This record gives sequence, C-alpha cells and structure tokens, in this order.
Amino acid sequence: MEDTLRERIQGIIDSNDVVLFMKGTKHFPQCGFSATLVEVLRRSGSEFQDVNVLEDPDIRQGIKEFANWPTIPQLYVHGKFLGGCDIIREMYEKGELDAVLSAKES
Amino acid sequence: MVDAEVLEERIRQGMDSVSHLVVRDLTGTKDHWEALIVSEAFVGKTPIEQHQMVYAALGELMAGPVHALALKTYSPESWAQQEG
Repeated sequence: MEDTLRERIQGIIDSNDVVLFMKGTKHFPQCGFSATLVEVLRRSGSEFQDVNVLEDPDIRQGIKEFANWPTIPQLYVHGKFLGGCDIIREMYEKGELDAVLSAKES
Repeated sequence: MVDAEVLEERIRQGMDSVSHLVVRDLTGTKDHWEALIVSEAFVGKTPIEQHQMVYAALGELMAGPVHALALKTYSPESWAQQEG
C-alpha cells in the first residue's frame, strides 16, 4: 500500500475516537453486516464517524491491508482496530463493548 | 462462488490441529458462508488474531469468491464450555 494512502487512513482513525469503515452510511447502510454494526453502536449510545468505502475505492482496498483484515465493516476505537462484525457483536452480547467505547484514550 | 469442500480443505490445510469444522452456506448461493472452527491453534490468541488466522488460510478466496464469511472460532476448551 502507498504511504500516502496509509497516512490518509491513519489520519481518519487518529482524528475520531470511534470510526466505522462500512458499506453505505450510518443512515443508509448498504450491507447487512455494516447495518448490524451501526445498530450495535446505536444501542451502545456511542457517537461514531462513518466512512463509506463504496465512495472511495482506494480506502475500500487500503483498509483491508491496513489491518490485515479482508472484510468490511471494520471498527476502530481510540486508534486501535477492534474487530469486524462477528467480534464486535460478540463483545456487545457479552456486555464488554460499552466499557471499551466509553474508556478514555490511555 | 466456491464449494464447501474447497473451504473446508483450505481451512484444514492452512491451519494447525483443527478438531472440529462446520462450514455452512447461509444463502444457498455459495458466496455467503459461516464457518465454525475449533482448533488448538486458537489457544492464547485474541479473537482478532483467531479470525486473521482463518483469513490467512483462505487467502485469495477472501478477495472475491467469498463475499461474506461469518466466523465462530473456539479453542477446544472454550468449545467444550460452549457445548456443556
């Protein structure tokens, strides 16, 4: 991946506490897995920045290499990759997600 | 699209000591899958690392043929608790 693209992705992650790279937007998800994570974040009451990868082919491809994670959606919290749909949903069901989302950056 | 047998073979070959494996076609279209995997190799790994191991085993299949893959990964111990 080109450095400029990596820096661009890093910049998005650094400038938002909670970022969801997804297909579609938080108001209009265009994939069932992305919609699931939007709903989970809503229920957690967390503010989050959505990034629609369908509108940006560079980021759509780059984000997969960035986290060595071949699927979308991807959730980043305080600069760290937290997981994809299955992992986040499981954290939510176990009641672990709220603590992570509300924790201040250490 | 990809056949279940191909997914199973790639997971078994690409990962160590898979003791239980169930691959399910969620939509009947051979591109939306669910895989339940129990392996000793997952012991001590975070969920992110566990899923990355599966993705690595599937390699280029994740970049096209497989549109979606829901993953359930367990160590033998956590699988026994799940079943218990």
